[in-house]
Amino acid sequence: MAYEFTKEDLEQIEKIKAKFPEVKPATLPVLWVAQNRFGHVEPEVQRLVAETLGLPEAHVHGVATFYTQYYKEKMGKYVLDVCTCLSCQLCGGYDILHHIEDKLGIKAGETTEDGMFSVQQVECLGACGYAPMLQVTNGKYVNHLTKEKVDNLIKALKEGKEPDYEQMEMPLRKV
Amino acid sequence: MSSADWKNYKPVLIPEIKDLHKIDVYEKNGGYEALKQVLTDKKKFDGPKSVIDEVKAANIRGRGGAGFNAGLKWSFMPPADGGPRYLACNGDESEPGTFKDRKIFEYNPHIFIEGALIAAYAMQITSIYVYIRGEYIDYVKMMEKAVQDAYDKGYIGKDILGSGFNVEFHVTYGAGAYICGEETSMLESIEGKRGYPRVKPPFPAQKGLWGRPTTINNIETLSCVPLVIKNGASWFSEIGAKNHPGPILYGISGHVNRPGVYELPSGVPVHDLINEVAGGMRNGKKLKAIIPGGSSTPVLRADQLEGVSMDSDSLREAGSMLGTAGLVVMDEDTDMVDVLWRIAHFYHHESCGQCTPCRDGTGWLEKILLKIKNGDGEVKDLDLLLDITTQMEGRTICALADAAAWPVRHTITRFRDEFEARCKKSVHAMA
Ligand SMILES: Cc1cc2nc3c(=O)[nH]c(=O)nc-3n(C[C@H](O)[C@H](O)[C@H](O)COP(=O)(O)O)c2cc1C
Ligand code: SF4
Ligand code: FES
Repeated sequence: MAYEFTKEDLEQIEKIKAKFPEVKPATLPVLWVAQNRFGHVEPEVQRLVAETLGLPEAHVHGVATFYTQYYKEKMGKYVLDVCTCLSCQLCGGYDILHHIEDKLGIKAGETTEDGMFSVQQVECLGACGYAPMLQVTNGKYVNHLTKEKVDNLIKALKEGKEPDYEQMEMPLRKV
Repeated sequence: MSSADWKNYKPVLIPEIKDLHKIDVYEKNGGYEALKQVLTDKKKFDGPKSVIDEVKAANIRGRGGAGFNAGLKWSFMPPADGGPRYLACNGDESEPGTFKDRKIFEYNPHIFIEGALIAAYAMQITSIYVYIRGEYIDYVKMMEKAVQDAYDKGYIGKDILGSGFNVEFHVTYGAGAYICGEETSMLESIEGKRGYPRVKPPFPAQKGLWGRPTTINNIETLSCVPLVIKNGASWFSEIGAKNHPGPILYGISGHVNRPGVYELPSGVPVHDLINEVAGGMRNGKKLKAIIPGGSSTPVLRADQLEGVSMDSDSLREAGSMLGTAGLVVMDEDTDMVDVLWRIAHFYHHESCGQCTPCRDGTGWLEKILLKIKNGDGEVKDLDLLLDITTQMEGRTICALADAAAWPVRHTITRFRDEFEARCKKSVHAMA
């Protein structure tokens, strides 16, 4: 399949380039534009990014493979990134991961047959006080997970309802 | 305000003001006054150097982990030569146990923007980049809005407040890589490359972004700057602990009743933070250990915490560090072998692989710890682990290797019995 950026994408790419004194720094943000458009940055998409920016394909490939948030292959419609790092581990992150694995019938690193869900185990997402937690497809954080909360999340996602931004208060703050 | 008096402390970094993230509300509450003073009040500030001197005197110690005096760092920038100069603001926030800069993005983004602008003026900087971890996409959007609002009000851009000072401000973000929090790796990432830390020297003040003079500061560090300008260096340096003064955003996680981020003076006693601020231990369990400032800072056993407070001197005496003030609390049921293996897994996963002692060392640490965790360890493996840490420390391009080695060395030393007991259970020990 031939990938193409839309007119809006190309306008956005011009704005990105204007932020920097040279073209190379646009690599990460334009890979993001591409992933937001196509859902992943598999090699064909990396080539499109390289051509659009006039940069060597090897450079774009090198960047795409260095950073974990870029999907180098097609993923499920929803990617559940479950944190099992230090604070999440202490607060039951592995129980949450295993519950999700059992529920979806896949292991971390896999995608369900219907293409709805991928599950990944990830490193600290900077939400340690709200552990255990997960992130949905590089987007919203879902915090203070329990098995029930996970069940409700999966049910909602199946119906196409994505979670809202959860504001996490500073506990002693009075406003 | 002394550390002991923390109960009467009123937050200043994230004060209790509704909708403070909106620029109008920020302005109504004295926002951008510090920038105005610096740029236009010639009686108070006579040029960039006077600003650096004030910040240096306040002794804002870097909140990104290393604790370096911010004003002193600024003074390392070479004299302006008419070419571009950069400020790179570190919002990568990826050290396990750390989740505080996001509160500034969310609740008080303009205090950070104002601090960065003052820093830029003080160092005659022409462009500011803030680099936020890619997972924080919601905070990236909040920051983009805040920066645009500040542009629209004329606090960023050309001839700011009629002073003749010009500066650009750009929001950039990563795509998942802990190493990009290391300052030179962050510069590589902003430049659009793989985040490989650079060999120092040259230091960023000489050759930073695009080979030009660059200063790197953490978000919370820069957010302290408007407070220093408005209230004076001595006001700031009298808050909290003597050698590490000022407000601190403590992130408390793990087995406490009320985890979260709390703004308090530096130097709050560890026991107060756990028992009073964070609501005590979950399920009435006993405290076993803490990691005081993010996963790389050495673990402390409960019996090492008598009289210890959250400042660099007190923690150093106790055998650890303040780091990012991300306090991880562990109760009596915590399995230290599991915890250490998970920390080792993190550093192995995040090593960029440029240096052999780090790439191989982090791999071996994880592998041997996994073996011990699975009940196949031998007591001599513990000494092998300690030996590997010695071979990693101080021999690499960046400090990730040290950050990976310290927890292994200190957790094994401080919980030796627990590790040995796990090894003795193993088949090898019985044979
Ligand atoms: C492996 C590694 C990861 C780091 N991650 C961060 C980070 O996420 N955020 C941060 O502010 N500093 C981080 N640092 C520290 C930075 O290199 C740098 O010291 C800091 O941003 C300087 O700002 P400060 O002086 O205001 O603290 C990290 C350092 C290392 C070695
Ligand atoms: S110490 Fe590790 S993370 Fe740092 S540059 Fe070397 S290999 Fe990369
Ligand atoms: S350990 Fe899970 S968010 Fe930090």
